[in-house]
Amino acid sequence: MALKIVKGSIDRMFDKNLQDLVRGIRNHKEDEAKYISTCIDEIKQELKQDNIAVKANAVCKLTYLQMLGYDVSWAAFNIVEVMSSSKFTYKRIGYLAASQCFHESTDVIMLTTNQIRKDLSSPNQYDTGVALTGLSCFVTPDLARDLANDIMTLMSHTKPYIRKKAVLIMYKVFLKYPESLRPAFPRLKEKLEDPDPGVQSAAVNVICELARRNPKNYLSLAPLFFKLMTSSTNNWVLIKIIKLFGALTPLEPRLGKKLIEPLTNLIHSTSAMSLLYECVNTVYIDVNTPPLPSLSLSLCLYLSLPPQLCVQKLRILIEDSDQNLKYLGLLAMSKILKTHPKSVQSHKDLILQCLDDKDESIRLRALDLLYGMVSKKNLMEIVKKLMLHVDKAEGTTYRDELLTKIIDICSQSNYQYITNFEWYISILVELTRLEGTRHGHLIASQMLDVAIRVKAIRGFAVAQMATLLDNAHLLTGNMQRMGICEVLYAAAWICGEFSEHLENPMQTLEAMLRPKVATLPGHIQAVYVQNAAKLFATVLKSQEGNTDSTAAQETSQLMIDRLPLFVQSANLEVQERASCILQLVKYIQKLQQKDVEVAEEVSALFAGELNPVAPKAQKKVPVPEGLDLDSWINEPPSESESEDEQPKAIFAKEEPKHSRPRREEVDEKELAKRREARKQEQANNPFYIKASPSSQKVYQEAPGVEHIPVVQIDLSVPLKVPGLPMSDQYVKLEEERRQKERAEKKKKEKKKRKEKRSGRGKKHDSGPESEEDITPAHQVDIVTEEMPEKSSKHKKKKQKKEKEEKEKKKKKKHHHHHHHSDGGGEEAVQNGTVEEEEPLPVSVFFCFLPLTKVYDIQGNLQDGSQVVVSVIFENKCDSFLKSMEFNVLDSLNSKLQRPEGSGPHDGLTVPFQLPPGVSNEARFVFTVQSIIMPQKLKGTLTFIVKDSSTHEKLDFKLHFTCTSYLITTPCYSDAFAKLLESGDLKCSSVRLEGVNMPFHHLLARICFHHHFSVVERIDSCASMYSRSIQGHHVCLLVKVSAQTVSIDAKCDEPTLLGNVLDEIKQTFSQC
Amino acid sequence: MQFMLLFSRQGKLRLQKWYVPLCDKEKKKITRELVQTVLARKPKMCSFLEWRDLKIVYKRYASLYFCCAIEDQDNELITLEIIHRYVELLDKYFGSVCELDIIFNFEKAYFILDEFLLGGEAQETSKKNVLKAIEQADLLQECKTEKHESFVNPSCI
Repeated sequence: MALKIVKGSIDRMFDKNLQDLVRGIRNHKEDEAKYISTCIDEIKQELKQDNIAVKANAVCKLTYLQMLGYDVSWAAFNIVEVMSSSKFTYKRIGYLAASQCFHESTDVIMLTTNQIRKDLSSPNQYDTGVALTGLSCFVTPDLARDLANDIMTLMSHTKPYIRKKAVLIMYKVFLKYPESLRPAFPRLKEKLEDPDPGVQSAAVNVICELARRNPKNYLSLAPLFFKLMTSSTNNWVLIKIIKLFGALTPLEPRLGKKLIEPLTNLIHSTSAMSLLYECVNTVYIDVNTPPLPSLSLSLCLYLSLPPQLCVQKLRILIEDSDQNLKYLGLLAMSKILKTHPKSVQSHKDLILQCLDDKDESIRLRALDLLYGMVSKKNLMEIVKKLMLHVDKAEGTTYRDELLTKIIDICSQSNYQYITNFEWYISILVELTRLEGTRHGHLIASQMLDVAIRVKAIRGFAVAQMATLLDNAHLLTGNMQRMGICEVLYAAAWICGEFSEHLENPMQTLEAMLRPKVATLPGHIQAVYVQNAAKLFATVLKSQEGNTDSTAAQETSQLMIDRLPLFVQSANLEVQERASCILQLVKYIQKLQQKDVEVAEEVSALFAGELNPVAPKAQKKVPVPEGLDLDSWINEPPSESESEDEQPKAIFAKEEPKHSRPRREEVDEKELAKRREARKQEQANNPFYIKASPSSQKVYQEAPGVEHIPVVQIDLSVPLKVPGLPMSDQYVKLEEERRQKERAEKKKKEKKKRKEKRSGRGKKHDSGPESEEDITPAHQVDIVTEEMPEKSSKHKKKKQKKEKEEKEKKKKKKHHHHHHHSDGGGEEAVQNGTVEEEEPLPVSVFFCFLPLTKVYDIQGNLQDGSQVVVSVIFENKCDSFLKSMEFNVLDSLNSKLQRPEGSGPHDGLTVPFQLPPGVSNEARFVFTVQSIIMPQKLKGTLTFIVKDSSTHEKLDFKLHFTCTSYLITTPCYSDAFAKLLESGDLKCSSVRLEGVNMPFHHLLARICFHHHFSVVERIDSCASMYSRSIQGHHVCLLVKVSAQTVSIDAKCDEPTLLGNVLDEIKQTFSQC
Repeated sequence: MQFMLLFSRQGKLRLQKWYVPLCDKEKKKITRELVQTVLARKPKMCSFLEWRDLKIVYKRYASLYFCCAIEDQDNELITLEIIHRYVELLDKYFGSVCELDIIFNFEKAYFILDEFLLGGEAQETSKKNVLKAIEQADLLQECKTEKHESFVNPSCI
């Protein structure tokens, strides 16, 4: 035994104490986790020993590790052991560890009940103290029930040190074990008059907290507290008492009157800001939102205390240089604002000053306040200030916040405070100049809303939007500003829908059809296309009135010239609308050429006005029979069991006020799971079309976007669009207008007064104009109840029209597929006529009577010497064609692959027959040896016309361009750079003069017709790449300046390169 | 008050006191989130922020952040006062306190806090009384420890 003790204490000398542990952790910064795990092993060893000092030391270390985030719940029992040590030193450590590590679900807590009871009744007050302190942290309902009596006895302990702690901990006990409140209450009340101020303050604390939960039971204590309030000088106590009265007064209005005097005294006399803040906050705010819904009663209190006093005091807080006071002042101000808007509004200047504060949280508070402070009178002024701040603001989050606030402020309660909508439109237009905002959509929806609902403003709005469209490049110039281009959506729609207001519709139409538009997101392009059609209708109408009919035809031509760009869009919506409208315009053009007046009919397409739908319109839709909207579609999930666990509400109504619905994690996970499942399903579903990439992505972002360094353009020049109005001028205008109105009113009043001289004549003389005096310059159509019957009809009409258009389109679509599928070389054949009226630059349509043939040459990647030619045969005559044979005269270089056994000059049978008007596709494989030269192969097609039963023969030529041997291959910029560095490539270059097309079109064309992909694009310079079927690398560097395009090319086969460049040159010479 | 956290500028937790029962996982989550939020604030910003449905009051003393979470109806200014009072107490006890004092004597820092606050409420507003209680408890601890040492030592020899 003795030996064991000796051994134990020797070991102890080598044990780490807490300081060693902390030092050790600090010295092992790199492998902290490893070090700590060895420490935990040591601690486990130490805990196994009998020596309580060793154990206490180990527990102390564990407490430290717990704070660092390590799990020490396994040592709970050891903690209890240390707690029960008879020595204060260890007991203290044990209780500390328990208070830090235990929580309600720690099961060893049950074992502690008797130990704690023993400690509570210990003759040593510090033993008792330490037990009480620990208990306050880990008290459970069981402990509370078992120990309530012991603690209650301690409330009358001889030592104030214990009494104070006992009183405070009773609050925790009440929460866990509400039944204890009734027996303990008399004693608690007694403590309010305890001779020791500490105990007294503890009792006030507890009762105040209790009263906040259920004030009714504590009304009887009001006189006692009133006495305390007038006599106490302890600010801590006073704050609690005021809080308590804040809770009591709504229940007892007479209390309010009694409180006025002491409260006013306090507000005037106290130097403690915390107390002042409490007075203002509790009396004016909490009283107004009482825990019980008895607002009318609570009015008594604040009616008799002038709010001006409060607001003035708050002003002192806000004016203080201390950020904290400023913040709280604003916070309290915003609460008072709800009940006393007038008294807060007079401090507008101060609030506006706060917008300049360096602390963002203060600025945001001030913004919140401003929202509630605006009136018709000061809206313009406030927004003007805010606009200045927008210009100055650093950091996009704050600027975005400002932007949304400006829009919130202006649009609140149905634009109630806006008197001049021209001003508002100009504000919105000014906001579009914000760089990098995410709220383009918000601005756009405001523009739409105002333009639709305020009829009087349309003319102005349309003019503004036209300017915006005209200067669209300023909005879209920078990739960072993509968010703002949403505005163009609204602009295009407004210009189209209300095009009759446009001064120069032709110019706007022109602006909407600029090639640059193709870089906008798909949904915006779609609106552009649709509204270009509306504008077209308007333009036609104005032009047909004139004597000169060429103008109208030129307009149609403009549409026909520009629309194909959109037909090529990758966005389905854009493509669909564009091809539909294109065909329509073509038809119109035909009519125009016959001198038919079409404008009326065209504009009939877009006749009728779109009206907003009333918010309650849904009510007018009858519920179909047998549909019960209240029944569950799926059974609701069963209520969670947590409800059962809630403590019985002894404190009555546990205010659910602050408990925001918390999102449950389970839900999140579940959602993620479902999302994943859905993705899987979509991936496996061949009919699911994934979100189509926006049009601009088609070639710019196709291969390895992440490798393209995005160059951010630094725009230091403020983006002011010349010719756009400045909202400021409206402020002045508005003032003038109001002055005029006021003057007129005065005149009228004077007249009136003259008439009524006998009256008292004491009228308030043209004082500050009141809210109602300001008449709005424009009236908002505020749709509330009735849904206009008309609107629904018109909508239907429109929908029908759209449907018709769609159908038309579908029919047409067939042709478009041709456009897309072709791509190889081109060849005209004898007696062939070009069928399409709209020649695409590299059209491969070649047709002859009675057959049309279209072919596409495609290299075969698997085999470097194979080329597949797919030929589309279309029978254009009225007779049945059969026994078609396709034959090509082989050259040394290229041979048609024929089935084994057939001779080198035999033709291949086309495996189908062609009824009249039908087309079909056949594929033929050629073997090519050298691909560095283009070549032409002569061929013949023989067939039998059924009726005449004669053999017919058609000669044709197949043109194998070098381009057709190239295969679009994506290449990353780093791989591209390596390739160029390798030095194996030969150089060549070509210059194209007079190419008048936007750069991205040029690139798209090269990509499309010559099978290249863009590697990297910087400004007006791009690198491109492609690969031949035999593995030649072809690299291009395309630069454009003015109308000259220079292409520097590199390839490991100079002949191939030369030919490809020639072909590119040819492509562009044709446009 | 719901809880009090002390953490360094590097985001290392130095002291935590929870007056509401929460499981460790939740505590860790809250701590991580709050430390990040508070450290991200600029030095000139005010000491209050709204976080979940609580109000956070924090103040920086040298390299340490003192951070308290209070309920909606509680008084922010008095909470600042509590933080300041606690710092004063630490200062008096350790004699111009620094972060290292709290790291190496973290249990003492807890003892002081426990004498000052109980169950999230200020229990003693007089600094003198708090320090007196701590000193006496320490005295008790030391003499007992000495007694214990003297009891152990002879048997060693």
